[in-house]
Amino acid sequence: MIWDWNFALSILPDLLRGLWVTVQVTLAGIVIALVVGLFVAILRHARIPVLCQLLWFYVEFVRGTPLLVQAYFAFYVLPLYGVSFSATVTGIIVIGLNYSAYTAEVYRAGIESVPRGQWEAATALSLPLRRRWQAVVLPQAVRAVVPALGNYLMQMFKDSAILSAITVLELLGHATAIGSSSYRYLEPYTLVGLLFLLVSYPAAKLIRRLELRLAQPR
Amino acid sequence: MITFRGVRKSFGDHQVLSGLDLDVADGEKVSIIGPSGSGKTTILRMLMTLEQPDAGRIDVDGEPLWSEDGVDARRMKLVRRRIGMVFQHFNLFPHMTVLRNVTEAPIHVLGQDREEAEAHARELLGMVGLHQHVDKKPGQLSGGQQQRVAIARALAMRPRVMLFDEVTSALDPELVGEVLGVIRDLAHTQAMTMLLVTHEMRFAEDISDRVLMFDSGSIVESGPPSVIFHEPDNERTRRFLSAVLDRR
Repeated sequence: MIWDWNFALSILPDLLRGLWVTVQVTLAGIVIALVVGLFVAILRHARIPVLCQLLWFYVEFVRGTPLLVQAYFAFYVLPLYGVSFSATVTGIIVIGLNYSAYTAEVYRAGIESVPRGQWEAATALSLPLRRRWQAVVLPQAVRAVVPALGNYLMQMFKDSAILSAITVLELLGHATAIGSSSYRYLEPYTLVGLLFLLVSYPAAKLIRRLELRLAQPR
Repeated sequence: MITFRGVRKSFGDHQVLSGLDLDVADGEKVSIIGPSGSGKTTILRMLMTLEQPDAGRIDVDGEPLWSEDGVDARRMKLVRRRIGMVFQHFNLFPHMTVLRNVTEAPIHVLGQDREEAEAHARELLGMVGLHQHVDKKPGQLSGGQQQRVAIARALAMRPRVMLFDEVTSALDPELVGEVLGVIRDLAHTQAMTMLLVTHEMRFAEDISDRVLMFDSGSIVESGPPSVIFHEPDNERTRRFLSAVLDRR
Protein backbone atom coordinates (compact mmCIF):
# COMPACT_ATOMS: atom_id res chain seq x y z
CA MET A 1 0.00 0.00 0.00
CA ILE A 2 1.35 3.40 -0.96
CA TRP A 3 0.76 6.58 1.04
CA ASP A 4 -2.01 8.62 -0.57
CA TRP A 5 -1.68 12.31 0.25
CA ASN A 6 -5.09 13.23 -1.07
CA PHE A 7 -6.77 10.60 1.03
CA ALA A 8 -4.76 11.65 4.07
CA LEU A 9 -5.82 15.27 3.63
CA SER A 10 -9.42 14.32 3.10
CA ILE A 11 -9.68 12.45 6.39
CA LEU A 12 -7.73 15.02 8.42
CA PRO A 13 -10.74 17.20 9.41
CA ASP A 14 -12.52 14.12 10.69
CA LEU A 15 -9.47 13.04 12.68
CA LEU A 16 -9.02 16.53 14.10
CA ARG A 17 -12.60 16.40 15.32
CA GLY A 18 -11.68 13.12 17.00
CA LEU A 19 -8.58 14.67 18.51
CA TRP A 20 -10.69 17.43 19.97
CA VAL A 21 -12.91 14.82 21.66
CA THR A 22 -9.79 13.05 22.95
CA VAL A 23 -8.51 16.30 24.44
CA GLN A 24 -11.87 17.09 26.01
CA VAL A 25 -12.23 13.62 27.48
CA THR A 26 -8.71 13.80 28.86
CA LEU A 27 -9.17 17.25 30.40
CA ALA A 28 -12.44 16.25 32.05
CA GLY A 29 -10.85 13.00 33.21
CA ILE A 30 -7.89 14.92 34.63
CA VAL A 31 -10.20 17.07 36.73
CA ILE A 32 -11.90 13.96 38.14
CA ALA A 33 -8.59 12.16 38.71
CA LEU A 34 -6.97 15.14 40.45
CA VAL A 35 -9.94 15.96 42.67
CA VAL A 36 -11.13 12.46 43.57
CA GLY A 37 -7.55 11.26 44.07
CA LEU A 38 -6.88 14.15 46.43
CA PHE A 39 -9.91 13.41 48.56
CA VAL A 40 -9.13 9.71 48.64
CA ALA A 41 -5.58 10.46 49.79
CA ILE A 42 -6.70 12.91 52.50
CA LEU A 43 -9.45 10.62 53.78
CA ARG A 44 -7.09 7.67 53.86
CA HIS A 45 -4.64 9.73 55.88
CA ALA A 46 -7.32 10.31 58.52
CA ARG A 47 -7.41 6.54 59.17
CA ILE A 48 -11.10 6.45 59.93
CA PRO A 49 -12.03 2.77 60.49
CA VAL A 50 -14.15 1.13 57.77
CA LEU A 51 -13.82 4.17 55.47
CA CYS A 52 -10.09 3.58 55.44
CA GLN A 53 -10.54 -0.08 54.42
CA LEU A 54 -13.10 0.87 51.79
CA LEU A 55 -10.75 3.38 50.22
CA TRP A 56 -7.89 0.91 50.36
CA PHE A 57 -10.09 -1.57 48.51
CA TYR A 58 -11.11 1.09 45.98
CA VAL A 59 -7.50 1.90 45.16
CA GLU A 60 -6.39 -1.73 44.96
CA PHE A 61 -9.43 -2.79 42.97
CA VAL A 62 -9.09 -0.04 40.39
CA ARG A 63 -5.35 -0.52 40.02
CA GLY A 64 -5.67 -4.27 39.85
CA THR A 65 -8.16 -4.47 36.98
CA PRO A 66 -7.66 -3.35 33.36
CA LEU A 67 -9.09 -0.02 32.26
CA LEU A 68 -10.66 -1.76 29.28
CA VAL A 69 -12.57 -4.16 31.52
CA GLN A 70 -13.75 -1.30 33.70
CA ALA A 71 -14.93 0.58 30.62
CA TYR A 72 -16.83 -2.45 29.29
CA PHE A 73 -18.38 -3.05 32.68
CA ALA A 74 -19.51 0.55 33.05
CA PHE A 75 -20.87 0.74 29.52
CA TYR A 76 -22.47 -2.68 29.04
CA VAL A 77 -23.23 -3.99 32.55
CA LEU A 78 -24.16 -0.99 34.67
CA PRO A 79 -27.03 0.07 32.34
CA LEU A 80 -28.66 -3.29 33.18
CA TYR A 81 -28.92 -1.93 36.72
CA GLY A 82 -30.25 1.42 35.60
CA VAL A 83 -26.94 3.31 35.62
CA SER A 84 -26.60 4.62 32.13
CA PHE A 85 -24.84 7.58 30.53
CA SER A 86 -23.72 8.40 27.01
CA ALA A 87 -20.55 6.70 25.82
CA THR A 88 -18.52 9.90 26.21
CA VAL A 89 -19.73 10.65 29.73
CA THR A 90 -19.22 7.03 30.76
CA GLY A 91 -15.74 7.15 29.26
CA ILE A 92 -14.85 10.33 31.14
CA ILE A 93 -16.05 8.93 34.45
CA VAL A 94 -14.31 5.59 33.95
CA ILE A 95 -10.96 7.02 32.96
CA GLY A 96 -11.16 9.77 35.61
CA LEU A 97 -11.94 7.32 38.42
CA ASN A 98 -9.39 4.85 37.10
CA TYR A 99 -6.65 7.43 37.27
CA SER A 100 -7.87 8.78 40.60
CA ALA A 101 -6.63 5.53 42.16
CA TYR A 102 -3.16 6.25 40.83
CA THR A 103 -3.16 9.94 41.70
CA ALA A 104 -4.39 9.06 45.20
CA GLU A 105 -1.24 7.00 45.70
CA VAL A 106 0.90 9.80 44.28
CA TYR A 107 -0.69 12.36 46.61
CA ARG A 108 -0.23 9.93 49.48
CA ALA A 109 3.49 9.75 48.80
CA GLY A 110 3.58 13.55 48.69
CA ILE A 111 1.68 13.87 51.97
CA GLU A 112 4.03 11.40 53.63
CA SER A 113 7.01 13.35 52.39
CA VAL A 114 5.98 16.40 54.43
CA PRO A 115 8.13 16.30 57.58
CA ARG A 116 6.44 15.59 60.89
CA GLY A 117 7.75 18.89 62.18
CA GLN A 118 5.38 20.70 59.83
CA TRP A 119 2.38 19.01 61.42
CA GLU A 120 3.79 19.71 64.85
CA ALA A 121 4.30 23.39 64.08
CA ALA A 122 0.70 23.54 62.87
CA THR A 123 -0.46 21.96 66.12
CA ALA A 124 1.68 24.32 68.19
CA LEU A 125 0.00 27.22 66.39
CA SER A 126 -3.44 25.64 66.92
CA LEU A 127 -4.20 25.80 63.19
CA PRO A 128 -7.57 24.18 62.50
CA LEU A 129 -7.55 20.91 60.58
CA ARG A 130 -8.70 22.43 57.32
CA ARG A 131 -6.05 25.11 57.42
CA ARG A 132 -3.34 22.53 58.17
CA TRP A 133 -4.15 20.73 54.97
CA GLN A 134 -4.85 23.76 52.88
CA ALA A 135 -2.03 26.05 53.92
CA VAL A 136 0.67 23.81 55.33
CA VAL A 137 0.60 20.21 54.11
CA LEU A 138 -0.93 20.20 50.62
CA PRO A 139 1.14 23.00 49.10
CA GLN A 140 4.29 21.11 50.07
CA ALA A 141 2.91 17.65 49.27
CA VAL A 142 1.63 18.60 45.81
CA ARG A 143 4.81 20.44 44.92
CA ALA A 144 6.77 17.29 45.66
CA VAL A 145 4.69 15.13 43.33
CA VAL A 146 4.06 17.38 40.32
CA PRO A 147 6.39 15.29 38.11
CA ALA A 148 4.68 12.03 39.06
CA LEU A 149 1.22 13.56 38.57
CA GLY A 150 2.30 14.96 35.22
CA ASN A 151 3.42 11.53 34.04
CA TYR A 152 0.07 10.00 34.92
CA LEU A 153 -1.81 12.77 33.13
CA MET A 154 0.22 12.17 29.99
CA GLN A 155 -0.44 8.47 30.23
CA MET A 156 -4.12 9.20 30.66
CA PHE A 157 -4.18 11.20 27.45
CA LYS A 158 -2.85 8.17 25.57
CA ASP A 159 -5.05 5.69 27.44
CA SER A 160 -8.13 7.61 26.38
CA ALA A 161 -7.80 5.73 23.06
CA ILE A 162 -9.05 2.65 24.93
CA LEU A 163 -12.42 4.38 25.21
CA SER A 164 -12.96 3.85 21.48
CA ALA A 165 -13.84 0.30 22.53
CA ILE A 166 -17.02 1.60 24.15
CA THR A 167 -17.89 3.64 21.04
CA VAL A 168 -16.52 6.98 22.22
CA LEU A 169 -15.76 8.77 18.96
CA GLU A 170 -12.37 10.07 19.93
CA LEU A 171 -9.32 10.09 17.70
CA LEU A 172 -8.79 6.35 17.42
CA GLY A 173 -12.50 5.70 17.04
CA HIS A 174 -12.64 8.02 14.03
CA ALA A 175 -9.62 6.34 12.47
CA THR A 176 -11.10 2.89 12.91
CA ALA A 177 -14.38 4.04 11.40
CA ILE A 178 -12.54 5.52 8.41
CA GLY A 179 -10.55 2.31 8.01
CA SER A 180 -13.52 0.02 8.01
CA SER A 181 -15.42 2.09 5.46
CA SER A 182 -12.50 2.80 3.07
CA TYR A 183 -10.35 -0.28 3.70
CA ARG A 184 -7.36 2.04 3.98
CA TYR A 185 -5.61 1.82 7.33
CA LEU A 186 -2.15 3.22 6.60
CA GLU A 187 -3.10 6.90 6.52
CA PRO A 188 -5.65 6.99 9.38
CA TYR A 189 -3.52 5.10 11.91
CA THR A 190 -0.33 6.90 10.93
CA LEU A 191 -2.08 10.22 11.39
CA VAL A 192 -3.51 9.08 14.71
CA GLY A 193 0.00 8.39 15.97
CA LEU A 194 1.27 11.74 14.71
CA LEU A 195 -1.66 13.65 16.19
CA PHE A 196 -1.17 12.01 19.60
CA LEU A 197 2.49 12.97 19.44
CA LEU A 198 1.60 16.48 18.33
CA VAL A 199 -0.26 17.04 21.61
CA SER A 200 1.72 14.89 24.02
CA TYR A 201 5.14 16.24 23.16
CA PRO A 202 4.38 19.92 23.87
CA ALA A 203 2.35 18.85 26.91
CA ALA A 204 5.35 16.96 28.27
CA LYS A 205 7.50 20.04 27.70
CA LEU A 206 4.97 22.17 29.53
CA ILE A 207 4.90 19.82 32.50
CA ARG A 208 8.68 19.81 32.61
CA ARG A 209 8.71 23.59 32.75
CA LEU A 210 6.15 23.63 35.51
CA GLU A 211 8.29 21.14 37.38
CA LEU A 212 11.38 23.32 37.08
CA ARG A 213 9.47 26.37 38.22
CA LEU A 214 8.14 24.62 41.28
CA ALA A 215 11.54 23.20 42.09
CA GLN A 216 13.03 26.68 42.25
CA PRO A 217 13.78 28.52 45.50
CA ARG A 218 11.20 27.65 48.00
CA MET B 1 0.10 28.15 86.57
CA ILE B 2 1.05 24.79 85.08
CA THR B 3 0.74 21.59 87.07
CA PHE B 4 1.81 18.07 86.25
CA ARG B 5 0.45 15.40 88.57
CA GLY B 6 1.67 11.82 88.44
CA VAL B 7 2.38 12.07 84.70
CA ARG B 8 3.80 8.89 83.23
CA LYS B 9 4.96 8.25 79.71
CA SER B 10 6.67 5.36 77.99
CA PHE B 11 7.79 4.83 74.43
CA GLY B 12 7.60 1.07 74.02
CA ASP B 13 9.58 -0.46 76.86
CA HIS B 14 11.41 2.75 77.56
CA GLN B 15 9.88 4.73 80.40
CA VAL B 16 10.69 8.42 79.86
CA LEU B 17 8.57 9.88 82.67
CA SER B 18 7.85 7.98 85.84
CA GLY B 19 5.21 9.88 87.73
CA LEU B 20 6.17 13.52 87.21
CA ASP B 21 4.90 16.13 89.66
CA LEU B 22 5.75 19.67 88.69
CA ASP B 23 4.36 23.14 89.36
CA VAL B 24 5.35 26.17 87.33
CA ALA B 25 4.11 29.53 88.58
CA ASP B 26 2.84 32.32 86.33
CA GLY B 27 5.72 34.22 84.84
CA GLU B 28 8.31 31.80 86.12
CA LYS B 29 11.31 31.03 83.89
CA VAL B 30 12.26 27.41 84.31
CA SER B 31 15.17 25.64 82.65
CA ILE B 32 15.27 21.88 82.39
CA ILE B 33 18.72 20.33 82.15
CA GLY B 34 19.95 16.77 82.13
CA PRO B 35 21.35 14.06 79.91
CA SER B 36 19.87 13.34 76.49
CA GLY B 37 17.00 10.89 76.40
CA SER B 38 16.02 11.68 79.98
CA GLY B 39 12.52 12.88 79.09
CA LYS B 40 13.10 16.63 79.20
CA THR B 41 11.73 17.27 75.74
CA THR B 42 8.76 15.00 76.41
CA ILE B 43 7.61 17.39 79.15
CA LEU B 44 7.40 20.26 76.66
CA ARG B 45 5.86 18.10 73.95
CA MET B 46 3.12 16.95 76.30
CA LEU B 47 2.34 20.54 77.23
CA MET B 48 2.04 21.32 73.52
CA THR B 49 -0.22 18.24 73.12
CA LEU B 50 2.25 16.68 70.68
CA GLU B 51 2.53 13.64 72.94
CA GLN B 52 -0.10 12.12 75.17
CA PRO B 53 0.76 10.96 78.67
CA ASP B 54 -0.04 7.38 79.65
CA ALA B 55 -1.34 8.40 83.07
CA GLY B 56 -1.76 11.39 85.38
CA ARG B 57 -2.99 14.86 84.55
CA ILE B 58 -1.76 18.20 83.29
CA ASP B 59 -3.55 21.47 84.08
CA VAL B 60 -2.99 24.99 82.84
CA ASP B 61 -4.48 27.77 84.96
CA GLY B 62 -6.61 25.16 86.72
CA GLU B 63 -8.09 23.90 83.45
CA PRO B 64 -7.30 20.42 82.24
CA LEU B 65 -5.02 20.07 79.23
CA TRP B 66 -4.80 16.34 79.61
CA SER B 67 -6.21 13.87 82.10
CA GLU B 68 -6.29 10.12 82.27
CA ASP B 69 -10.06 10.53 82.80
CA GLY B 70 -10.34 12.27 79.44
CA VAL B 71 -10.81 15.96 78.60
CA ASP B 72 -13.19 17.86 76.38
CA ALA B 73 -11.32 18.34 73.10
CA ARG B 74 -12.78 21.77 72.46
CA ARG B 75 -11.76 23.11 75.85
CA MET B 76 -8.36 21.52 75.54
CA LYS B 77 -7.83 23.41 72.29
CA LEU B 78 -8.67 26.71 73.95
CA VAL B 79 -6.22 25.95 76.74
CA ARG B 80 -3.57 24.99 74.20
CA ARG B 81 -3.82 28.38 72.52
CA ARG B 82 -2.20 29.96 75.56
CA ILE B 83 0.93 27.96 74.86
CA GLY B 84 3.53 28.58 72.16
CA MET B 85 6.51 26.47 71.20
CA VAL B 86 9.84 26.90 69.46
CA PHE B 87 11.39 23.71 68.08
CA GLN B 88 14.93 22.47 67.73
CA HIS B 89 14.59 22.30 63.94
CA PHE B 90 12.57 25.55 63.58
CA ASN B 91 9.76 23.87 61.62
CA LEU B 92 9.01 27.02 59.66
CA PHE B 93 6.67 26.63 56.71
CA PRO B 94 9.17 26.60 53.82
CA HIS B 95 6.72 27.63 51.10
CA MET B 96 5.53 30.77 52.90
CA THR B 97 7.31 34.07 53.27
CA VAL B 98 8.66 35.01 56.68
CA LEU B 99 5.78 37.43 57.12
CA ARG B 100 3.16 34.83 56.27
CA ASN B 101 4.76 32.33 58.61
CA VAL B 102 4.13 34.82 61.39
CA THR B 103 0.65 35.97 60.33
CA GLU B 104 -0.85 32.59 59.38
CA ALA B 105 -2.06 31.62 62.85
CA PRO B 106 -3.16 35.07 64.07
CA ILE B 107 -5.33 35.41 60.97
CA HIS B 108 -6.73 31.89 60.83
CA VAL B 109 -6.86 31.02 64.51
CA LEU B 110 -7.38 34.31 66.31
CA GLY B 111 -9.38 35.82 63.46
CA GLN B 112 -7.28 38.97 63.20
CA ASP B 113 -7.61 40.89 59.96
CA ARG B 114 -4.61 40.84 57.66
CA GLU B 115 -3.58 44.42 58.35
CA GLU B 116 -3.59 44.01 62.09
CA ALA B 117 -1.74 40.68 61.90
CA GLU B 118 0.91 42.06 59.56
CA ALA B 119 1.51 45.13 61.69
CA HIS B 120 2.02 42.94 64.74
CA ALA B 121 4.21 40.53 62.76
CA ARG B 122 6.43 43.34 61.51
CA GLU B 123 6.78 44.63 65.03
CA LEU B 124 7.81 41.17 66.30
CA LEU B 125 10.15 40.56 63.38
CA GLY B 126 11.72 43.94 64.08
CA MET B 127 12.15 42.98 67.70
CA VAL B 128 14.10 39.84 66.71
CA GLY B 129 16.15 41.90 64.23
CA LEU B 130 14.65 40.64 60.99
CA HIS B 131 12.61 43.58 59.70
CA GLN B 132 14.53 43.57 56.39
CA HIS B 133 13.81 39.88 55.75
CA VAL B 134 10.01 39.79 55.96
CA ASP B 135 9.47 38.96 52.28
CA LYS B 136 12.06 36.18 52.06
CA LYS B 137 11.40 32.47 52.26
CA PRO B 138 12.85 30.60 55.23
CA GLY B 139 15.28 28.75 52.94
CA GLN B 140 16.98 32.05 52.15
CA LEU B 141 17.84 32.68 55.80
CA SER B 142 20.55 31.33 58.07
CA GLY B 143 19.63 28.89 60.81
CA GLY B 144 19.87 31.59 63.45
CA GLN B 145 17.60 33.87 61.46
CA GLN B 146 15.12 31.05 60.90
CA GLN B 147 14.99 30.30 64.58
CA ARG B 148 14.33 33.98 65.33
CA VAL B 149 11.45 33.88 62.84
CA ALA B 150 10.14 30.82 64.67
CA ILE B 151 10.25 32.76 67.93
CA ALA B 152 8.35 35.66 66.35
CA ARG B 153 5.83 33.22 64.91
CA ALA B 154 5.13 31.72 68.32
CA LEU B 155 4.95 35.16 69.97
CA ALA B 156 2.41 36.36 67.38
CA MET B 157 -0.21 34.21 69.11
CA ARG B 158 0.41 36.19 72.31
CA PRO B 159 0.98 33.04 74.36
CA ARG B 160 1.11 33.16 78.14
CA VAL B 161 3.48 30.22 78.17
CA MET B 162 6.44 29.76 75.83
CA LEU B 163 8.23 26.46 75.39
CA PHE B 164 11.76 26.35 73.99
CA ASP B 165 12.91 22.88 73.02
CA GLU B 166 16.71 22.80 72.58
CA VAL B 167 16.33 25.73 70.23
CA THR B 168 20.06 26.18 69.62
CA SER B 169 21.06 22.52 69.30
CA ALA B 170 20.73 22.47 65.52
CA LEU B 171 22.59 25.73 64.97
CA ASP B 172 26.15 26.40 63.94
CA PRO B 173 28.06 27.59 67.02
CA GLU B 174 28.48 31.14 65.73
CA LEU B 175 24.70 31.52 65.34
CA VAL B 176 23.78 30.40 68.84
CA GLY B 177 24.41 33.79 70.43
CA GLU B 178 21.88 35.74 68.36
CA VAL B 179 19.08 33.32 69.24
CA LEU B 180 19.95 33.17 72.93
CA GLY B 181 20.10 36.96 72.93
CA VAL B 182 16.50 37.20 71.75
CA ILE B 183 15.31 34.71 74.36
CA ARG B 184 17.30 36.44 77.07
CA ASP B 185 15.58 39.73 76.22
CA LEU B 186 12.20 38.03 76.37
CA ALA B 187 13.01 36.45 79.71
CA HIS B 188 14.06 39.76 81.18
CA THR B 189 11.25 41.92 79.78
CA GLN B 190 8.17 39.72 79.38
CA ALA B 191 5.81 38.47 82.04
CA MET B 192 5.10 35.23 80.22
CA THR B 193 5.93 31.85 81.69
CA MET B 194 8.90 30.21 80.01
CA LEU B 195 10.00 26.60 80.01
CA LEU B 196 13.29 25.80 78.35
CA VAL B 197 15.08 22.58 77.64
CA THR B 198 18.66 23.57 77.01
CA HIS B 199 22.27 22.49 77.03
CA GLU B 200 23.48 26.09 77.33
CA MET B 201 24.33 26.14 81.02
CA ARG B 202 25.53 29.72 81.28
CA PHE B 203 22.42 30.92 79.51
CA ALA B 204 20.20 28.82 81.79
CA GLU B 205 21.94 30.26 84.82
CA ASP B 206 21.44 33.78 83.54
CA ILE B 207 17.74 33.71 82.72
CA SER B 208 16.18 31.09 84.99
CA ASP B 209 14.28 31.56 88.21
CA ARG B 210 14.58 27.85 88.72
CA VAL B 211 16.51 24.98 87.22
CA LEU B 212 15.33 21.38 87.12
CA MET B 213 17.88 18.62 86.88
CA PHE B 214 16.26 15.74 85.11
CA ASP B 215 17.53 12.19 84.85
CA SER B 216 16.00 8.81 84.04
CA GLY B 217 12.42 10.02 83.94
CA SER B 218 12.26 12.15 87.05
CA ILE B 219 13.45 15.38 88.61
CA VAL B 220 16.53 14.64 90.67
CA GLU B 221 17.10 18.17 91.86
CA SER B 222 15.33 21.51 91.61
CA GLY B 223 16.38 24.92 92.79
CA PRO B 224 17.56 28.42 91.89
CA PRO B 225 20.42 28.50 89.40
CA SER B 226 22.86 29.76 92.01
CA VAL B 227 22.37 26.53 93.95
CA ILE B 228 22.10 24.06 91.08
CA PHE B 229 25.11 25.34 89.23
CA HIS B 230 27.37 26.18 92.16
CA GLU B 231 26.46 23.97 95.09
CA PRO B 232 24.29 21.10 93.85
CA ASP B 233 23.21 18.58 96.48
CA ASN B 234 22.68 15.69 94.21
CA GLU B 235 25.50 13.49 93.06
CA ARG B 236 24.01 13.00 89.60
CA THR B 237 23.64 16.76 89.12
CA ARG B 238 27.28 17.22 90.08
CA ARG B 239 28.44 14.53 87.69
CA PHE B 240 26.30 15.86 84.83
CA LEU B 241 27.48 19.44 85.32
CA SER B 242 31.12 18.57 85.58
CA ALA B 243 30.79 16.52 82.39
CA VAL B 244 29.13 19.29 80.35
CA LEU B 245 31.14 22.14 81.83
CA ASP B 246 34.45 20.33 81.33
CA ARG B 247 33.79 20.22 77.64
CA ARG B 248 34.28 23.91 77.29
